[in-house]
This record gives sequence, C-alpha cells and structure tokens, in this order.
Amino acid sequence: MAKNKTLSYFTNGILNENPVLRLVLGTCPTLAVTTSLMNGVGMGVAATIVLVCSNVVISLLRNVIPSKVRIPAFITVIAGFVSIVQLLVKAYAPAIDASLGIFLPLIVVNCIILARAEMFASKNSVFPSLLDGLGMGVGFTVTLSLMGVIREIIGTGQIAISEEFIIPITSAVGIEPMLIFILPPGGFFVFGLLIALSNKIAERQGKKPVENAGCEGCPAKGMCENAEGCINNETEEKANG
Amino acid sequence: MSSLLNVSSSPHIRQSDNTTGIMLDVLISLLPATVFGIVLFGYRAAILIAVCVASCLVFEFLARKLFKNQGSLLDLSAAVTGLLIALNLPPRFPVWMAIIGCFAAIVVVKQMFGGLGHNFVNPAIAARIILLISFPTHMTTYHEPFNTDAITTATPLGMEECYLSVKELLFGLHGGSIGETSVIMLAIGGIYLIIRRVISPTIPLSFIGSVGVLTLILSGNLSDAIFAMLTGGVFLGAIFMATDYVTSPTTTLGKIIFGIGCGVITVIIRSGAAAEGVSFAIIFMNLLVPHIDGITVRKPFGWEAKKQ
Repeated sequence: MAKNKTLSYFTNGILNENPVLRLVLGTCPTLAVTTSLMNGVGMGVAATIVLVCSNVVISLLRNVIPSKVRIPAFITVIAGFVSIVQLLVKAYAPAIDASLGIFLPLIVVNCIILARAEMFASKNSVFPSLLDGLGMGVGFTVTLSLMGVIREIIGTGQIAISEEFIIPITSAVGIEPMLIFILPPGGFFVFGLLIALSNKIAERQGKKPVENAGCEGCPAKGMCENAEGCINNETEEKANG
Repeated sequence: MSSLLNVSSSPHIRQSDNTTGIMLDVLISLLPATVFGIVLFGYRAAILIAVCVASCLVFEFLARKLFKNQGSLLDLSAAVTGLLIALNLPPRFPVWMAIIGCFAAIVVVKQMFGGLGHNFVNPAIAARIILLISFPTHMTTYHEPFNTDAITTATPLGMEECYLSVKELLFGLHGGSIGETSVIMLAIGGIYLIIRRVISPTIPLSFIGSVGVLTLILSGNLSDAIFAMLTGGVFLGAIFMATDYVTSPTTTLGKIIFGIGCGVITVIIRSGAAAEGVSFAIIFMNLLVPHIDGITVRKPFGWEAKKQ
C-alpha cells in the first residue's frame, strides 16, 4: 500500500489529474505554443524542470515560509528557476528559445506550477513533492506533445524535428495541409477534442462526468486539506496566467 | 385518428408550416442561382454542388447516430446547408476540401451543439470561413465563366479597377463563387422567399442598404456605392444566410440592428483587411444575436417599467 501510494504521486499527474486535460490548468501555453511537436516538447520539458525544482525547494521551505506571504515567496522561487531554465535554453537550444518566445519566461506565471506549489509541495515532504512535480511535468509534456503532433500533421503536413530533419506525413502524398490547425482556432478545437476524449476515458473507468466544478467535483479533492473551503478556487483566480 | 378530431387548447387556426416545408422553399429559391452557376461555370460546379449536398446529408445522418440526437429529424436543413456551402465556393475548388467544409458545418457547428436550432452560428458561413482560413489559395482562385480551360480571373472586388458595367454585374457574367455572381438570380430567389413569407425583407434590405449607404458616405461616389452592393457575396449572404432563423434576431428592431451591423462590418473589412468581408460580418453578428435579442425584447401590453 505504501509503495502504491508513493507511485500514485507520480502517475496521478499523468492520468487522473493530468494538469491540462483533467485540471484544465496552464491552458495559455497549451494553446499558444503547440503549433508543432518540438514546441510542445520544449515547453513541456522546460516547465517540468521548473516544476520539479520549485516543488522540491518549496517543500523544503514549507515550514519556513509564513502562510500570509506564501504566494510571493513561491513566485520568487519559481522565477529563480525560470531564469535558470531560460538562460540554459538560450545557450543550448536557441531554436526552441526563438519559437517559444515570450512563453518561456511566462512559465513564471504558469498556473500548474503555482497550483502544485500551493496544493501539494507546501503540504508534503520532499520526496512526494519531487514525484508529484515529475508526474505533473510528464503529464503536461505528453499532452503538449500530443497536441503539437496533431496540429503539426494536419496544419503543415509534416513533422519538423529540426530545421534539416523534417518527416513528411501527408505532404508526402500531396495532401494539402489545413492551415487552420496551426492557427488559434485549431488549437482550441484540438484542445476541446482531447478534453472530450479524456472525459470519455474517465467515464469508461467509472468516473462520473463533472457537472459542477465545486469542491465536490474537484479532481484535487483528495489532495485538498483546506478546512476553510476550497483552496483550488483561490489558487486558480490568482494563477490564471 | 384524424387530426380534425384532436382536441387541444388555442390557437385553433394553425398554419401547415414545418421545417421541411420551409427548407424546401429555401431550396426552390436557390434554384435560379444554382442553375445559373452551373451554366456559367460548367460541370465542375455541378459536381461540387452535388458532392456538398450529398456529403452534408450523410454527415447529418451519421452525426445523429453518433450523438444520439433525435431532436432534428432528417429534414432538408442539411441539404440547404450543403447547397449554400457549394454556392459559396469557387467553381474549381477541390472536392475533398469541400467535404471537409461540410463536415465542419454539419458535425462541428451544427450537431455538436445540439442539432437544428442549436447551432451558434450559421453552419454554411462557418464552413466557408474554416475553408477560407485553411486553404486560402484555393478559396481565392476564381475562374473565368464559360471557359473549360483553367484560366483564372479576379472577382470584381479583387480587380484593381473594375471595368464591368452595372448591367454586367446584375447578370453576373464574371468570375466569383458559384452562386454569388448573378444578383438578378439571387434577387428572384429572395423575392420568392419574401412572397412565401419564409423570410422578412428586413435583414436583406438593412444589410444591403447599409453597405450602399456606408460606401456612399466613405467614397462620396454613387457608382462606388452601387458597385459595393452588387459585388461579392452581399446578395447571397444578405438574402440566404443572414436570414437563418436560428442565428438572426427575432424582433424587427433586432433584425434592423443585425442587418446594419452586418453591412457596416462588411464595408469595414472590405476597405482594409481583405477583399471580401460578408462571411466574417455575418458570423460576427451571429455571435451577437443573443445580446441583440436581449436588448430588443418587446414590451408586453400594459407593462410599465419599474421606477428606479
């Protein structure tokens, strides 16, 4: 049981509490950068690194940070790691830096990271926080990559791994790409379809569809220990980045 | 049991209007423009029209099965949508792309939102816009009428300087989408619909009128205003697509606001952003319809506003 619980910290973020599809957090980078596979992977990996590091540090500091100023404290920690990641990406992957643009520094206000800091890392010890960050990050990366693949194949007809290495998919047989899929409407469309699909899968597993996302319907209910009402509402209002 | 023996509450005098009958009227009214388009652009246009209508019917059938939506029966509304999509396409538009447009119209815009009566924008307009954004080159490659060679031409709106006379514009012997060129054929269909009381003339008149008036104000030139009214999809959009029951306001005042809004947005888009703006104007006003309906609620008899 104990082992299963530890493992579930990791798998939660990928399946049951997938940050994008189940918690519907971090939709801004999800819609904006998933025009291609590599953008999705780059964004996902960068956010994962920040998420894991900030979860660990915030978990270490959870008894030191006064609760009244916890949000600024979390943001400071997160911003530090975002700066590190940004400098690293600029140095070693300038192409990804160019295509992600402003969304790389905007990881600072990514609500997934702030939500995990608030809901998980500030209440749990270091190792579960590390696993939670890793699971959430992998879930985020997988979802972004999936969206990126769908949008890139339909929208451009190919998958570009790098500038030289391009795998033609539909363009190889002369099918013209549907440009709308790499434009914002296509992003919303694919996002909606993936959420519908994940709801369908959850329904198959015997979960009832969420009618009203109050405290009862909240997927993070098991994690939420706030006696004075749902902490999720507060976090989401502040973190709608 | 005979329907005569049915006992029911008032009103006792009823019209025999039903969805299928109204849709049949719309199909009949589109017939002149459809036939004219086929004559003008040849068999490619006929194939495109047939494929669009057929694929819309098939998608409607499949989507109803998939979504278990029994609300809208297999009336002719899908056929009308298919025909309108085809009339909005250039004559040599690739057929498989047109099928994608029909899928978007019927499955995404109409059935996913609950079927007939629940679509938030006009399905045919949405299909046109999705195709225009997805395949911009194909959607803006027009061909000369009466020509079996693939000679491309500009639409009157896309020309640097239009050499066509008003008479030519009225008859529509120029390049364009299959159903948009002939103003006379479209007007015949519109008059038929108005006589049959399927549509009220409010929206078409305020739409076309505001395009003319605003162009007149902006250019100060009467011939420019007439040109603006007779070119592009103004007549097709104003008569057949802006008047869709589901996506247009219910009150007369609301219809006037809706029509003028469509006209103003059309002229604004034409004067800057793109050659043609009718479809974007209609879809934008479609989205405002619930709010227009909200502010133009009719006052019930004997109703007094509460004093603040």
